[in-house]
Amino acid sequence: MKNDLNRRRRNARSRFAYLLCVFSAVLALIPLVMIISYVIFQGASALNLDFLTQLPKPVGETGGGMGNAIVGSLILVGIASVIGLPVGILAGAYLAEFRSPRLSWLVRLLADILSGVPSIIVGVFVYALLVLTMKRFSALAGGVALGIMMLPTVARTTEEMLRMVPDSLREASLALGIPRWRTIISIVIKTAGGGILTGIMLAIARISGETAPLLFTALNSRTWPVGLDQPVASLPVQIYTYAISPYADWHQQAWAGSLVLVLMVLVLSVGSKLYFGKKMKMAR
Amino acid sequence: MAGFISTNKLSATFGDVRAIQDITLEIPANKITALIGPSGCGKSTFLRCLNRMHELVPGAKSTGEVLWDGKNIYGPDMDAAEVRRGIGMVFQKPNPFPLMTIADNVSAGLRLTGMRKSKSELEEVVERSLKMAALWEEVKNKLHKPGGSLSGGQQQRLCIARALAVEPDIILMDEPCSALDPASTQKIEDTMEQLTKNYTIVIVTHNMQQAARVSEFTGFMLSKETGEPGQLVEYGSTNKIFTMPDRKETENYITGRFG
Repeated sequence: MKNDLNRRRRNARSRFAYLLCVFSAVLALIPLVMIISYVIFQGASALNLDFLTQLPKPVGETGGGMGNAIVGSLILVGIASVIGLPVGILAGAYLAEFRSPRLSWLVRLLADILSGVPSIIVGVFVYALLVLTMKRFSALAGGVALGIMMLPTVARTTEEMLRMVPDSLREASLALGIPRWRTIISIVIKTAGGGILTGIMLAIARISGETAPLLFTALNSRTWPVGLDQPVASLPVQIYTYAISPYADWHQQAWAGSLVLVLMVLVLSVGSKLYFGKKMKMAR
Repeated sequence: MAGFISTNKLSATFGDVRAIQDITLEIPANKITALIGPSGCGKSTFLRCLNRMHELVPGAKSTGEVLWDGKNIYGPDMDAAEVRRGIGMVFQKPNPFPLMTIADNVSAGLRLTGMRKSKSELEEVVERSLKMAALWEEVKNKLHKPGGSLSGGQQQRLCIARALAVEPDIILMDEPCSALDPASTQKIEDTMEQLTKNYTIVIVTHNMQQAARVSEFTGFMLSKETGEPGQLVEYGSTNKIFTMPDRKETENYITGRFG
Protein backbone atom coordinates (compact mmCIF):
# COMPACT_ATOMS: atom_id res chain seq x y z
CA MET A 1 0.00 0.00 0.00
CA LYS A 2 2.64 2.39 1.17
CA ASN A 3 4.90 1.42 -1.73
CA ASP A 4 2.11 2.12 -4.12
CA LEU A 5 1.67 5.58 -2.73
CA ASN A 6 5.38 6.26 -2.97
CA ARG A 7 5.45 5.17 -6.52
CA ARG A 8 2.55 7.37 -7.44
CA ARG A 9 4.23 10.30 -5.76
CA ARG A 10 7.46 9.62 -7.63
CA ASN A 11 5.63 9.39 -10.92
CA ALA A 12 3.84 12.64 -10.27
CA ARG A 13 7.10 14.35 -9.45
CA SER A 14 8.74 13.00 -12.57
CA ARG A 15 5.84 14.16 -14.71
CA PHE A 16 5.98 17.61 -13.13
CA ALA A 17 9.71 17.93 -13.85
CA TYR A 18 9.14 16.82 -17.42
CA LEU A 19 6.39 19.38 -17.97
CA LEU A 20 8.57 22.06 -16.47
CA CYS A 21 11.30 21.25 -19.00
CA VAL A 22 8.86 21.34 -21.91
CA PHE A 23 7.40 24.60 -20.70
CA SER A 24 10.84 26.20 -20.35
CA ALA A 25 11.90 25.00 -23.78
CA VAL A 26 8.81 26.58 -25.33
CA LEU A 27 9.31 29.72 -23.27
CA ALA A 28 12.88 30.04 -24.56
CA LEU A 29 11.68 29.80 -28.15
CA ILE A 30 8.96 32.40 -27.82
CA PRO A 31 11.23 35.49 -28.02
CA LEU A 32 12.99 34.10 -31.10
CA VAL A 33 9.73 33.37 -32.90
CA MET A 34 8.33 36.74 -31.88
CA ILE A 35 11.40 38.67 -32.99
CA ILE A 36 11.57 36.98 -36.36
CA SER A 37 7.85 37.24 -37.07
CA TYR A 38 7.73 40.87 -35.94
CA VAL A 39 10.72 41.78 -38.11
CA ILE A 40 9.14 40.04 -41.08
CA PHE A 41 5.80 41.70 -40.41
CA GLN A 42 7.33 45.17 -40.17
CA GLY A 43 10.09 44.85 -42.73
CA ALA A 44 8.62 42.82 -45.56
CA SER A 45 6.51 45.67 -46.94
CA ALA A 46 9.54 47.93 -47.51
CA LEU A 47 11.69 45.15 -48.89
CA ASN A 48 12.09 45.09 -52.66
CA LEU A 49 14.77 44.88 -55.28
CA ASP A 50 15.50 48.62 -55.07
CA PHE A 51 16.10 48.32 -51.37
CA LEU A 52 18.77 45.68 -51.96
CA THR A 53 20.46 47.42 -54.89
CA GLN A 54 20.01 51.19 -54.51
CA LEU A 55 21.85 53.85 -52.53
CA PRO A 56 19.94 55.69 -49.81
CA LYS A 57 17.97 58.70 -51.02
CA PRO A 58 18.27 62.12 -49.33
CA VAL A 59 15.66 63.09 -46.75
CA GLY A 60 12.32 63.87 -48.31
CA GLU A 61 12.78 61.74 -51.43
CA THR A 62 11.02 58.39 -51.45
CA GLY A 63 12.56 55.09 -52.49
CA GLY A 64 16.22 54.26 -52.35
CA GLY A 65 17.76 51.42 -50.42
CA MET A 66 20.58 50.08 -48.36
CA GLY A 67 22.60 48.40 -51.10
CA ASN A 68 25.78 50.10 -49.94
CA ALA A 69 25.18 49.04 -46.34
CA ILE A 70 24.66 45.41 -47.37
CA VAL A 71 27.88 45.42 -49.38
CA GLY A 72 29.60 47.29 -46.55
CA SER A 73 28.50 44.72 -43.98
CA LEU A 74 29.81 41.93 -46.18
CA ILE A 75 33.15 43.76 -46.54
CA LEU A 76 33.40 44.33 -42.78
CA VAL A 77 32.56 40.73 -41.93
CA GLY A 78 35.01 39.65 -44.62
CA ILE A 79 37.87 41.68 -43.13
CA ALA A 80 36.94 40.48 -39.65
CA SER A 81 36.98 36.87 -40.83
CA VAL A 82 40.33 37.23 -42.57
CA ILE A 83 41.79 38.48 -39.29
CA GLY A 84 39.71 36.64 -36.71
CA LEU A 85 39.41 33.15 -38.19
CA PRO A 86 43.05 32.17 -38.74
CA VAL A 87 44.21 33.75 -35.50
CA GLY A 88 41.27 32.33 -33.54
CA ILE A 89 41.56 28.83 -34.98
CA LEU A 90 45.32 28.66 -34.51
CA ALA A 91 45.05 30.04 -30.97
CA GLY A 92 42.43 27.38 -30.23
CA ALA A 93 44.74 24.77 -31.75
CA TYR A 94 47.51 25.99 -29.49
CA LEU A 95 45.30 25.66 -26.42
CA ALA A 96 44.15 22.17 -27.34
CA GLU A 97 47.29 20.69 -28.87
CA PHE A 98 50.28 22.21 -27.12
CA ARG A 99 49.45 21.81 -23.50
CA SER A 100 52.01 24.09 -21.94
CA PRO A 101 50.24 24.64 -18.63
CA ARG A 102 51.14 28.21 -17.75
CA LEU A 103 50.79 29.98 -21.09
CA SER A 104 47.60 28.05 -21.91
CA TRP A 105 46.08 29.13 -18.64
CA LEU A 106 46.93 32.75 -19.40
CA VAL A 107 45.65 32.65 -22.98
CA ARG A 108 42.42 30.97 -21.87
CA LEU A 109 41.89 33.56 -19.15
CA LEU A 110 42.53 36.43 -21.58
CA ALA A 111 40.16 34.93 -24.14
CA ASP A 112 37.44 34.66 -21.52
CA ILE A 113 38.01 38.25 -20.41
CA LEU A 114 38.04 39.45 -24.01
CA SER A 115 34.72 37.78 -24.68
CA GLY A 116 33.29 39.70 -21.75
CA VAL A 117 34.61 43.10 -22.82
CA PRO A 118 31.71 45.32 -23.90
CA SER A 119 31.76 45.81 -27.65
CA ILE A 120 31.85 49.60 -27.37
CA ILE A 121 35.18 49.34 -25.53
CA VAL A 122 36.59 47.32 -28.42
CA GLY A 123 35.40 50.14 -30.70
CA VAL A 124 37.11 52.79 -28.61
CA PHE A 125 40.28 50.73 -28.53
CA VAL A 126 40.41 50.36 -32.30
CA TYR A 127 39.56 54.05 -32.63
CA ALA A 128 42.71 54.87 -30.67
CA LEU A 129 44.74 52.22 -32.44
CA LEU A 130 43.79 52.78 -36.09
CA VAL A 131 41.47 55.74 -36.57
CA LEU A 132 43.65 58.22 -34.70
CA THR A 133 46.86 56.97 -36.30
CA MET A 134 45.44 56.78 -39.84
CA LYS A 135 43.61 60.05 -39.23
CA ARG A 136 40.38 58.72 -40.77
CA PHE A 137 37.53 56.34 -40.19
CA SER A 138 37.86 53.27 -42.38
CA ALA A 139 36.42 49.90 -43.33
CA LEU A 140 39.72 48.44 -42.18
CA ALA A 141 39.29 49.80 -38.66
CA GLY A 142 35.72 48.47 -38.54
CA GLY A 143 36.85 45.06 -39.75
CA VAL A 144 39.64 44.94 -37.17
CA ALA A 145 37.19 45.81 -34.38
CA LEU A 146 34.82 43.03 -35.48
CA GLY A 147 37.75 40.64 -35.91
CA ILE A 148 38.78 41.23 -32.31
CA MET A 149 35.21 40.53 -31.24
CA MET A 150 35.33 37.19 -33.07
CA LEU A 151 38.58 35.99 -31.57
CA PRO A 152 37.50 34.58 -28.20
CA THR A 153 34.47 32.70 -29.55
CA VAL A 154 36.43 31.15 -32.39
CA ALA A 155 39.42 30.27 -30.20
CA ARG A 156 37.41 28.69 -27.41
CA THR A 157 35.05 26.66 -29.63
CA THR A 158 38.03 25.48 -31.68
CA GLU A 159 39.74 24.38 -28.49
CA GLU A 160 36.65 22.52 -27.24
CA MET A 161 36.12 20.80 -30.56
CA LEU A 162 39.77 19.77 -30.97
CA ARG A 163 39.72 18.24 -27.50
CA MET A 164 36.89 15.99 -28.62
CA VAL A 165 39.05 14.47 -31.37
CA PRO A 166 40.31 11.16 -29.96
CA ASP A 167 44.06 10.85 -29.35
CA SER A 168 44.06 7.63 -31.34
CA LEU A 169 43.74 9.71 -34.54
CA ARG A 170 46.68 11.92 -33.61
CA GLU A 171 48.73 8.80 -32.92
CA ALA A 172 47.63 7.19 -36.17
CA SER A 173 48.83 10.24 -38.06
CA LEU A 174 52.10 10.73 -36.19
CA ALA A 175 52.92 7.03 -36.52
CA LEU A 176 52.80 7.45 -40.30
CA GLY A 177 55.63 9.94 -40.02
CA ILE A 178 53.33 12.90 -40.63
CA PRO A 179 54.83 15.93 -38.84
CA ARG A 180 53.03 17.38 -35.85
CA TRP A 181 51.92 20.64 -37.52
CA ARG A 182 50.56 18.73 -40.49
CA THR A 183 48.76 16.31 -38.18
CA ILE A 184 47.07 19.19 -36.41
CA ILE A 185 45.98 20.95 -39.59
CA SER A 186 45.13 18.06 -41.88
CA ILE A 187 43.85 15.49 -39.41
CA VAL A 188 42.77 17.05 -36.12
CA ILE A 189 41.29 20.35 -37.33
CA LYS A 190 39.69 18.66 -40.32
CA THR A 191 38.10 15.98 -38.17
CA ALA A 192 36.70 18.62 -35.82
CA GLY A 193 35.65 20.75 -38.80
CA GLY A 194 31.89 20.57 -38.29
CA GLY A 195 32.04 21.73 -34.71
CA ILE A 196 34.54 24.47 -35.47
CA LEU A 197 32.31 25.64 -38.28
CA THR A 198 29.38 25.98 -35.89
CA GLY A 199 31.56 28.16 -33.68
CA ILE A 200 32.60 30.26 -36.66
CA MET A 201 28.98 30.73 -37.70
CA LEU A 202 28.04 31.80 -34.19
CA ALA A 203 30.88 34.29 -34.16
CA ILE A 204 29.98 35.67 -37.58
CA ALA A 205 26.30 35.87 -36.66
CA ARG A 206 27.21 37.76 -33.55
CA ILE A 207 29.50 40.33 -35.18
CA SER A 208 27.16 40.88 -38.13
CA GLY A 209 24.79 42.62 -35.79
CA GLU A 210 27.36 44.60 -33.81
CA THR A 211 26.76 48.34 -33.99
CA ALA A 212 28.76 49.89 -31.19
CA PRO A 213 32.28 48.93 -32.35
CA LEU A 214 31.50 50.33 -35.81
CA LEU A 215 30.34 53.75 -34.64
CA PHE A 216 33.88 55.07 -34.16
CA THR A 217 35.65 52.88 -36.66
CA ALA A 218 33.86 52.29 -39.95
CA LEU A 219 31.49 55.18 -39.24
CA ASN A 220 28.93 55.34 -42.04
CA SER A 221 28.70 56.43 -45.63
CA ARG A 222 26.01 57.36 -48.10
CA THR A 223 27.94 56.13 -51.11
CA TRP A 224 29.11 52.78 -52.35
CA PRO A 225 32.31 51.54 -50.66
CA VAL A 226 35.31 53.14 -52.38
CA GLY A 227 38.26 51.70 -50.50
CA LEU A 228 39.28 49.85 -47.39
CA ASP A 229 40.83 53.03 -46.00
CA GLN A 230 37.56 54.94 -46.35
CA PRO A 231 34.46 54.99 -44.13
CA VAL A 232 31.90 52.42 -45.11
CA ALA A 233 28.21 51.92 -44.44
CA SER A 234 27.00 48.83 -42.64
CA LEU A 235 23.56 47.39 -41.97
CA PRO A 236 23.59 47.75 -38.17
CA VAL A 237 24.77 51.37 -38.24
CA GLN A 238 22.36 52.20 -41.04
CA ILE A 239 19.49 50.61 -39.12
CA TYR A 240 20.52 52.56 -36.05
CA THR A 241 20.72 55.85 -37.95
CA TYR A 242 17.38 55.33 -39.64
CA ALA A 243 15.61 54.05 -36.54
CA ILE A 244 16.46 57.12 -34.45
CA SER A 245 15.53 59.53 -37.24
CA PRO A 246 12.20 61.38 -37.12
CA TYR A 247 11.04 60.21 -40.59
CA ALA A 248 8.41 57.51 -40.98
CA ASP A 249 9.77 56.14 -44.28
CA TRP A 250 13.23 55.82 -42.72
CA HIS A 251 11.68 53.78 -39.91
CA GLN A 252 10.18 51.53 -42.55
CA GLN A 253 13.59 51.12 -44.14
CA ALA A 254 15.19 50.39 -40.79
CA TRP A 255 12.76 47.48 -40.42
CA ALA A 256 13.56 46.23 -43.88
CA GLY A 257 17.26 46.49 -43.07
CA SER A 258 16.69 44.46 -39.91
CA LEU A 259 14.94 41.82 -41.93
CA VAL A 260 17.83 41.63 -44.40
CA LEU A 261 20.31 41.32 -41.53
CA VAL A 262 18.34 38.52 -39.87
CA LEU A 263 17.96 36.71 -43.19
CA MET A 264 21.68 37.02 -43.97
CA VAL A 265 22.63 35.44 -40.66
CA LEU A 266 19.95 32.78 -41.01
CA VAL A 267 20.91 31.80 -44.55
CA LEU A 268 24.58 31.68 -43.59
CA SER A 269 24.14 29.46 -40.55
CA VAL A 270 21.40 27.17 -41.87
CA GLY A 271 23.07 26.89 -45.26
CA SER A 272 26.47 25.96 -43.88
CA LYS A 273 24.89 23.50 -41.44
CA LEU A 274 23.06 21.78 -44.28
CA TYR A 275 26.04 21.73 -46.60
CA PHE A 276 28.65 20.59 -44.09
CA GLY A 277 26.18 18.42 -42.18
CA LYS A 278 25.64 16.40 -45.32
CA LYS A 279 29.38 16.10 -45.86
CA MET A 280 29.88 14.90 -42.29
CA LYS A 281 27.13 12.32 -42.59
CA MET A 282 28.61 11.03 -45.80
CA ALA A 283 31.91 10.52 -44.09
CA ARG A 284 30.40 8.68 -41.17
CA MET B 1 66.01 -7.11 -46.93
CA ALA B 2 64.05 -5.30 -44.25
CA GLY B 3 65.57 -3.52 -41.30
CA PHE B 4 66.54 -4.91 -37.94
CA ILE B 5 66.28 -3.32 -34.54
CA SER B 6 68.23 -3.81 -31.37
CA THR B 7 67.91 -2.13 -28.04
CA ASN B 8 70.60 -1.46 -25.51
CA LYS B 9 69.63 -0.92 -21.87
CA LEU B 10 66.37 0.70 -22.87
CA SER B 11 64.40 2.17 -19.95
CA ALA B 12 61.26 4.27 -20.04
CA THR B 13 59.35 6.34 -17.52
CA PHE B 14 56.06 8.21 -17.22
CA GLY B 15 56.92 11.06 -14.89
CA ASP B 16 58.15 9.32 -11.76
CA VAL B 17 56.77 5.92 -12.71
CA ARG B 18 59.27 3.54 -14.25
CA ALA B 19 57.58 1.46 -16.93
CA ILE B 20 60.44 -0.64 -18.31
CA GLN B 21 64.03 -1.06 -17.26
CA ASP B 22 67.25 -2.05 -18.98
CA ILE B 23 65.85 -4.01 -21.86
CA THR B 24 68.46 -5.29 -24.25
CA LEU B 25 67.48 -7.46 -27.18
CA GLU B 26 67.97 -7.95 -30.89
CA ILE B 27 65.07 -8.23 -33.27
CA PRO B 28 66.04 -9.98 -36.49
CA ALA B 29 65.06 -8.77 -39.95
CA ASN B 30 62.27 -10.37 -42.01
CA LYS B 31 60.93 -12.28 -39.02
CA ILE B 32 57.98 -11.91 -36.70
CA THR B 33 59.01 -11.30 -33.14
CA ALA B 34 56.36 -11.49 -30.42
CA LEU B 35 56.40 -9.85 -27.01
CA ILE B 36 54.26 -11.51 -24.40
CA GLY B 37 53.64 -10.92 -20.72
CA PRO B 38 50.91 -10.05 -18.26
CA SER B 39 49.10 -6.70 -18.33
CA GLY B 40 51.16 -3.81 -17.04
CA CYS B 41 54.52 -5.43 -17.75
CA GLY B 42 55.45 -2.60 -20.11
CA LYS B 43 55.39 -4.45 -23.40
CA SER B 44 53.36 -1.75 -25.14
CA THR B 45 55.63 0.92 -23.70
CA PHE B 46 58.64 -0.97 -24.99
CA LEU B 47 57.05 -1.19 -28.44
CA ARG B 48 56.26 2.51 -28.43
CA CYS B 49 59.88 3.31 -27.62
CA LEU B 50 60.92 1.57 -30.83
CA ASN B 51 59.45 4.29 -33.05
CA ARG B 52 59.51 7.23 -30.68
CA MET B 53 55.78 7.19 -29.96
CA HIS B 54 56.45 6.90 -26.24
CA GLU B 55 57.78 10.44 -26.00
CA LEU B 56 54.45 11.87 -27.20
CA VAL B 57 52.84 11.20 -23.84
CA PRO B 58 53.37 14.29 -21.65
CA GLY B 59 56.07 13.60 -19.07
CA ALA B 60 57.23 10.39 -20.76
CA LYS B 61 60.97 9.83 -21.22
CA SER B 62 63.29 7.06 -22.23
CA THR B 63 66.99 6.32 -21.83
CA GLY B 64 69.26 3.82 -23.49
CA GLU B 65 69.60 3.11 -27.17
CA VAL B 66 67.37 1.84 -29.93
CA LEU B 67 69.44 0.93 -32.94
CA TRP B 68 67.72 0.72 -36.30
CA ASP B 69 70.11 -0.87 -38.77
CA GLY B 70 72.80 0.12 -36.29
CA LYS B 71 71.83 3.81 -35.98
CA ASN B 72 70.45 5.16 -32.71
CA ILE B 73 66.98 6.53 -33.41
CA TYR B 74 67.33 8.83 -30.40
CA GLY B 75 70.56 10.27 -31.81
CA PRO B 76 70.86 14.04 -32.21
CA ASP B 77 70.55 14.03 -36.01
CA MET B 78 67.49 11.79 -36.04
CA ASP B 79 64.07 13.27 -36.73
CA ALA B 80 61.16 11.60 -34.92
CA ALA B 81 58.84 11.89 -37.92
CA GLU B 82 61.43 10.27 -40.15
CA VAL B 83 61.94 7.43 -37.68
CA ARG B 84 58.20 6.81 -37.63
CA ARG B 85 58.06 6.80 -41.40
CA GLY B 86 60.58 3.96 -41.41
CA ILE B 87 59.12 2.13 -38.43
CA GLY B 88 55.36 2.01 -38.82
CA MET B 89 52.77 1.10 -36.24
CA VAL B 90 49.39 -0.61 -36.06
CA PHE B 91 47.36 0.02 -32.93
CA GLN B 92 45.13 -2.05 -30.71
CA LYS B 93 41.93 -0.33 -31.77
CA PRO B 94 41.49 0.21 -35.51
CA ASN B 95 41.82 3.96 -36.04
CA PRO B 96 41.11 4.89 -39.66
CA PHE B 97 40.71 8.61 -40.35
CA PRO B 98 36.94 9.04 -40.13
CA LEU B 99 36.51 11.79 -42.72
CA MET B 100 38.66 10.14 -45.38
CA THR B 101 37.67 7.59 -47.98
CA ILE B 102 39.26 4.14 -47.99
CA ALA B 103 41.66 5.19 -50.73
CA ASP B 104 42.55 8.47 -49.00
CA ASN B 105 43.18 6.64 -45.74
CA VAL B 106 45.75 4.44 -47.45
CA SER B 107 47.48 7.29 -49.23
CA ALA B 108 47.31 9.70 -46.26
CA GLY B 109 50.89 9.01 -45.15
CA LEU B 110 52.24 9.75 -48.61
CA ARG B 111 50.09 12.80 -49.23
CA LEU B 112 50.70 14.42 -45.85
CA THR B 113 54.43 13.84 -45.56
CA GLY B 114 55.03 16.12 -48.48
CA MET B 115 55.95 13.37 -50.94
CA ARG B 116 54.87 14.62 -54.33
CA LYS B 117 53.19 11.82 -56.19
CA SER B 118 50.98 11.91 -59.24
CA LYS B 119 47.43 10.67 -59.06
CA SER B 120 48.22 7.47 -60.91
CA GLU B 121 51.21 6.78 -58.67
CA LEU B 122 48.99 7.19 -55.61
CA GLU B 123 46.37 4.87 -57.08
CA GLU B 124 49.07 2.31 -57.66
CA VAL B 125 50.29 2.57 -54.06
CA VAL B 126 46.72 2.27 -52.76
CA GLU B 127 46.09 -0.88 -54.78
CA ARG B 128 49.42 -2.47 -53.87
CA SER B 129 49.07 -1.67 -50.16
CA LEU B 130 45.51 -2.96 -49.97
CA LYS B 131 46.56 -6.14 -51.75
CA MET B 132 49.39 -6.70 -49.28
CA ALA B 133 46.96 -6.18 -46.42
CA ALA B 134 44.60 -8.71 -48.04
CA LEU B 135 41.80 -6.17 -48.25
CA TRP B 136 41.81 -5.30 -51.95
CA GLU B 137 39.23 -7.85 -53.09
CA GLU B 138 36.77 -6.69 -50.44
CA VAL B 139 37.04 -2.95 -51.09
CA LYS B 140 38.15 -2.48 -54.71
CA ASN B 141 34.64 -1.44 -55.73
CA LYS B 142 34.13 1.03 -52.91
CA LEU B 143 37.43 2.86 -52.59
CA HIS B 144 35.56 6.13 -52.29
CA LYS B 145 33.41 5.05 -49.39
CA PRO B 146 34.47 6.30 -45.96
CA GLY B 147 36.90 4.09 -44.03
CA GLY B 148 34.53 3.98 -41.09
CA SER B 149 31.97 2.04 -43.13
CA LEU B 150 34.10 -1.11 -42.95
CA SER B 151 33.83 -3.82 -40.31
CA GLY B 152 36.28 -3.84 -37.40
CA GLY B 153 38.50 -6.49 -38.98
CA GLN B 154 38.49 -4.70 -42.32
CA GLN B 155 39.29 -1.40 -40.59
CA GLN B 156 42.31 -2.99 -38.95
CA ARG B 157 43.53 -4.31 -42.29
CA LEU B 158 42.94 -0.83 -43.70
CA CYS B 159 45.21 0.50 -40.96
CA ILE B 160 47.82 -2.10 -41.91
CA ALA B 161 47.54 -1.02 -45.55
CA ARG B 162 47.89 2.60 -44.47
CA ALA B 163 51.06 1.75 -42.53
CA LEU B 164 52.45 -0.21 -45.51
CA ALA B 165 51.82 2.59 -47.99
CA VAL B 166 54.67 4.74 -46.68
CA GLU B 167 56.99 1.76 -47.27
CA PRO B 168 58.46 1.33 -43.82
CA ASP B 169 61.21 -1.13 -42.94
CA ILE B 170 59.66 -2.39 -39.79
CA ILE B 171 56.07 -2.69 -38.59
CA LEU B 172 55.17 -2.60 -34.92
CA MET B 173 51.83 -4.09 -33.95
CA ASP B 174 50.34 -3.35 -30.57
CA GLU B 175 47.80 -6.11 -29.89
CA PRO B 176 46.38 -5.70 -33.39
CA CYS B 177 43.75 -8.43 -32.98
CA SER B 178 42.50 -7.90 -29.47
CA ALA B 179 39.41 -6.03 -30.66
CA LEU B 180 38.64 -8.50 -33.45
CA ASP B 181 36.70 -11.72 -33.91
CA PRO B 182 38.52 -15.01 -34.67
CA ALA B 183 37.87 -14.91 -38.41
CA SER B 184 39.35 -11.41 -38.75
CA THR B 185 42.23 -12.43 -36.49
CA GLN B 186 42.96 -15.35 -38.81
CA LYS B 187 43.06 -13.01 -41.81
CA ILE B 188 45.45 -10.63 -40.13
CA GLU B 189 47.74 -13.44 -39.04
CA ASP B 190 47.83 -14.75 -42.62
CA THR B 191 48.65 -11.24 -43.80
CA MET B 192 51.52 -11.01 -41.33
CA GLU B 193 53.03 -14.23 -42.66
CA GLN B 194 52.99 -12.77 -46.15
CA LEU B 195 54.52 -9.51 -45.02
CA THR B 196 57.71 -11.05 -43.63
CA LYS B 197 58.97 -11.28 -47.20
CA ASN B 198 59.53 -7.54 -47.15
CA TYR B 199 59.15 -6.44 -43.57
CA THR B 200 60.32 -7.03 -40.06
CA ILE B 201 57.38 -7.32 -37.66
CA VAL B 202 57.25 -6.88 -33.91
CA ILE B 203 53.93 -7.79 -32.31
CA VAL B 204 52.80 -7.28 -28.76
CA THR B 205 50.08 -9.73 -27.83
CA HIS B 206 48.08 -10.87 -24.86
CA ASN B 207 47.23 -14.00 -26.68
CA MET B 208 49.87 -16.69 -26.19
CA GLN B 209 48.41 -18.93 -28.86
CA GLN B 210 48.77 -16.07 -31.29
CA ALA B 211 52.41 -15.59 -30.35
CA ALA B 212 53.00 -19.31 -30.77
CA ARG B 213 51.20 -19.38 -34.12
CA VAL B 214 52.77 -16.43 -35.88
CA SER B 215 56.15 -15.60 -34.40
CA GLU B 216 59.57 -17.04 -34.84
CA PHE B 217 61.06 -15.31 -31.81
CA THR B 218 59.41 -14.48 -28.53
CA GLY B 219 60.32 -12.23 -25.64
CA PHE B 220 58.68 -12.67 -22.25
CA MET B 221 58.35 -9.53 -20.13
CA LEU B 222 57.37 -9.27 -16.50
CA SER B 223 57.32 -6.72 -13.73
CA LYS B 224 58.23 -8.35 -10.44
CA GLU B 225 55.61 -6.45 -8.50
CA THR B 226 52.91 -3.95 -9.33
CA GLY B 227 54.58 -0.58 -9.68
CA GLU B 228 57.96 -2.10 -10.48
CA PRO B 229 59.26 -1.55 -14.02
CA GLY B 230 58.88 -4.38 -16.50
CA GLN B 231 61.94 -6.31 -17.52
CA LEU B 232 62.80 -8.79 -20.19
CA VAL B 233 62.83 -12.18 -18.49
CA GLU B 234 63.64 -14.37 -21.42
CA TYR B 235 64.09 -14.05 -25.14
CA GLY B 236 64.65 -16.74 -27.74
CA SER B 237 63.09 -18.77 -30.49
CA THR B 238 59.36 -19.14 -30.03
CA ASN B 239 59.71 -22.89 -30.13
CA LYS B 240 62.12 -22.88 -27.21
CA ILE B 241 60.18 -20.35 -25.13
CA PHE B 242 57.00 -22.37 -25.46
CA THR B 243 58.49 -25.85 -25.03
CA MET B 244 61.48 -25.59 -22.72
CA PRO B 245 61.95 -22.13 -21.29
CA ASP B 246 65.03 -21.53 -19.18
CA ARG B 247 63.26 -19.51 -16.53
CA LYS B 248 60.67 -20.64 -14.05
CA GLU B 249 58.59 -17.44 -14.45
CA THR B 250 58.31 -17.99 -18.18
CA GLU B 251 57.15 -21.54 -17.68
CA ASN B 252 54.57 -20.45 -15.12
CA TYR B 253 53.20 -17.82 -17.46
CA ILE B 254 53.18 -20.07 -20.53
CA THR B 255 51.40 -22.84 -18.68
CA GLY B 256 48.81 -20.39 -17.44
CA ARG B 257 49.70 -20.46 -13.77
CA PHE B 258 49.42 -16.67 -13.62
CA GLY B 259 48.95 -13.64 -15.83
